[in-house]
Amino acid sequence: MKKRIEDLTVIGNSKLTEGFFVIKVSSSEDLTGIKPGQFVQALVTESPSTFLRRPLSVHDIDPGENTMSLLVQIAGPGTERLSRITPGEKLNLIYPLGNSFTLPARGERVLLAGGGCGMAPLLYLGRKISESGVQPHFALGFRNRSRILSHDEFSALGPVFLATEDGSKGYRGFVTDIPEFRNEHWDRVYCCGPEPMMKAVAALCRKRDIFCEVSLENLMACGLGICLCCVVPTTSGNLCSCTDGPVFNINDLKWQTSG
Amino acid sequence: MADLRIKIGQLEFRNPVILASGTCGYGSELEDFINLSELGGIIVKGTTLEHREGNPYPRMSETASGMLNAVGLQNKGIDYFEKNIYPHLAEYKTHVIVNVNGNTIEDYVDLSQRINTLSAIPAIELNISCPNVKKGGMIFGTNPASAREVIYAVRRVYDKTLIVKLSPNVTDITEFARISQEEGAEAVSLVNTFLGMAVDVRTMRPKLSTITGGLSGPAIKPVALRMVWQVARAVSIPVIGLGGIMNAEDALEFIMAGATAVQVGTASFINPRAGTEIVGGIEKFLVEKEMDSVSNITGIINRI
Repeated sequence: MKKRIEDLTVIGNSKLTEGFFVIKVSSSEDLTGIKPGQFVQALVTESPSTFLRRPLSVHDIDPGENTMSLLVQIAGPGTERLSRITPGEKLNLIYPLGNSFTLPARGERVLLAGGGCGMAPLLYLGRKISESGVQPHFALGFRNRSRILSHDEFSALGPVFLATEDGSKGYRGFVTDIPEFRNEHWDRVYCCGPEPMMKAVAALCRKRDIFCEVSLENLMACGLGICLCCVVPTTSGNLCSCTDGPVFNINDLKWQTSG
Repeated sequence: MADLRIKIGQLEFRNPVILASGTCGYGSELEDFINLSELGGIIVKGTTLEHREGNPYPRMSETASGMLNAVGLQNKGIDYFEKNIYPHLAEYKTHVIVNVNGNTIEDYVDLSQRINTLSAIPAIELNISCPNVKKGGMIFGTNPASAREVIYAVRRVYDKTLIVKLSPNVTDITEFARISQEEGAEAVSLVNTFLGMAVDVRTMRPKLSTITGGLSGPAIKPVALRMVWQVARAVSIPVIGLGGIMNAEDALEFIMAGATAVQVGTASFINPRAGTEIVGGIEKFLVEKEMDSVSNITGIINRI
């Protein structure tokens, strides 16, 4: 699918939990060509200290109403402004950007592991996996029960295993402490979340020899592969996480050995 | 219709808008958004003899009205360029210029010689102003004797259009422009990024792996514009102005201050169509002012 710049119309903005929002936009162009794992670069207006666009994962696509959902975590003035966007406003996006997760083969057991804002791409990925006839399972980690995001949406697609750091819901600990993750057979694990979490997931998958793809959230300027700022060290040298990623197989990343 | 054509040495450009090195990749990255043939030219990624991995991540930090970068000339080297990238560039219907870098004078000379043989590359931009490398780069561009030596040496082996990209990190940039002219450069381009830095107060660490980096974007525009104006008055060769140009009005400021052409850099990160939109905006301005050529306004502020 060709990349485009477009003013999309905001049709909804809902707060999930403190600091997390889902913005829903509708397009005059067909959105069904967007692949799971791809992202958009959102232009932030009326935020004087925000110069660059903000990369946001595609959280979900509704092909029926031709809308796209974007999960936003407030991390500074730019995302704070985005969190206040209201229906009827225009949101200028460059999309779709980046590569995508590789979908599983029929009959494979797959686990989608995420935490915090890293859950963003996993809903659409789960939907696509489900549509391909494979049952997705989710392992989701949060700080505590009040931080749990989109549980119903994930549950609608497959079994959800929860972990909270304080044990207020699900297993106490991190995603990698979830017994189903540690003990059951998995052919593929897809992961997105804070870097320490992804490194722990990668380490567990390497140990158990499980195919694992992670989606990186490197600091980025352009999103188009022209500024070379968002690089990640790989076995093929420094690669742009915006165009060669954001999805990488853990065997291609250098950090997974040291992490 | 206004005549937007400009000339740098013997080389004619369709219009005065060129995409800056390090902000347009090899052009293909922007082809979903713009028709490259609508631009005056593109200056592809800084190239070296050898493959370079650049500096470690993090290499970028957003700043007030701009950004710092410390990429450090990541590129695959001239052999890879010639074999895998050049054949595609040769098909573009716009001027493709290569930004030339090296650690030593010999590096600059060898690379310029190699590029001299590439018939579809009508010009080079000699980068003596990269602030993000330990050797070469800005070291040549901030010492008058070294600048003269490298320009002289490259001029002897490179017979097409030679543009020298100047560093703003000097006391008097006109001195380096004069040296470029004396050593036979057809044009100077200015400014490269300003050396800057940022600290993350939460982690109490520098925001860039290299501590310092190059500042670009609207934050530098007034200073860049002042330097372009000074240089345009100091030399007779064409000046290519850049530094924080985001739209046609910014570009017109540089042209009116004396720039024959402009480069659009960081703007493309936010709006990949910035370059072609600026071409359209300059033309619209000239038509509205009933001027038949962009040359009518080049350096106009100095004529009164």
